[in-house]
Amino acid sequence: MEIDEALRRKLVQAVADTVIAHAEELTTLDMAIGDGDHGLNMKRGFEAVLADLDKIVALPLPKALHQVGMTLVMKVGGASGPLYGTLFMQLGKSLPEAPTRAEAAEAFAAAIDAVKARGKSDVGSKTMLDVLAPVLAALRADGDLRALPDVADAAAEATKPMKALRGRASFLGERSIGHVDPGGRSSALIVRAVVAAL
Amino acid sequence: MSNVGIVIVSHSPDVAKGAADMVRQMVGDEVPLAWCGGNAEGGLGTDVAAISEAIERAWSEAGVAILVDLGGAETNSEMAIEFLPDERRGRVVVCNAPIVEGAVVAATEASGGSPLDVVKATAEELSP
Repeated sequence: MEIDEALRRKLVQAVADTVIAHAEELTTLDMAIGDGDHGLNMKRGFEAVLADLDKIVALPLPKALHQVGMTLVMKVGGASGPLYGTLFMQLGKSLPEAPTRAEAAEAFAAAIDAVKARGKSDVGSKTMLDVLAPVLAALRADGDLRALPDVADAAAEATKPMKALRGRASFLGERSIGHVDPGGRSSALIVRAVVAAL
Repeated sequence: MSNVGIVIVSHSPDVAKGAADMVRQMVGDEVPLAWCGGNAEGGLGTDVAAISEAIERAWSEAGVAILVDLGGAETNSEMAIEFLPDERRGRVVVCNAPIVEGAVVAATEASGGSPLDVVKATAEELSP
């Protein structure tokens, strides 16, 4: 599918607007089991992305994604900066300019592997990976793309009974059980924004 | 100076500076030393650009050992290492050690002229 400048603008704007609009919710989730800065950090990062929006969307898709990732790495200021930054930068490396669904799925798989390596984590540790992995599985299956946001939301909700094994929440041990993972929630928000903009 | 350099990365500038003060008291100026802490807005957090600058300030041909506190400090330090030019990237390591004790022990080892892998291993002996 051709992702021209107008669509690149729509996508980046939608993701940034969604994250910024939900900053308070993400921060509240993070106050329960983390250091309470996830929403603010992500908001700072995506505000920096919006400040460079014209420059970013003028770039071809792979470079635009790299630039989004780089901006998040430099501006977010928490662990989510390098994690989301790595996700977007690896997508930029792996996606062709006009990806098919299969190519998008494989690029997404490579990006998830890069996040696993960066965070030294895997599925099952109550992290963003617990949302990204089921979304990848649904993307690889031949179902309707419009179903992806619900898959992501359900996966984020499913982090609630999990015990955190990575990040600040892991210090809480059993007490991390019963709260949605903030990184899982922000991942689900981003998936919803991307699908709605496509 | 050919001794290994030490970089201290904390979420809090006060912690980073305090740890650096303790290192200075221990080893004086025999070891290149830099610290950074806080996000770009001055709140608690870590900042890749600031870590990159700290590595530059503490740069030594013998390499640089980074001591970190919590997750984001480690992840952002690894990111800063990846952004280094090829010829430097292999000579900067993050130590899996407590930040204050690790910095003092690593700097003491470095002040005796030990190579980077020994400095790192000595600091990591503090972690069970």
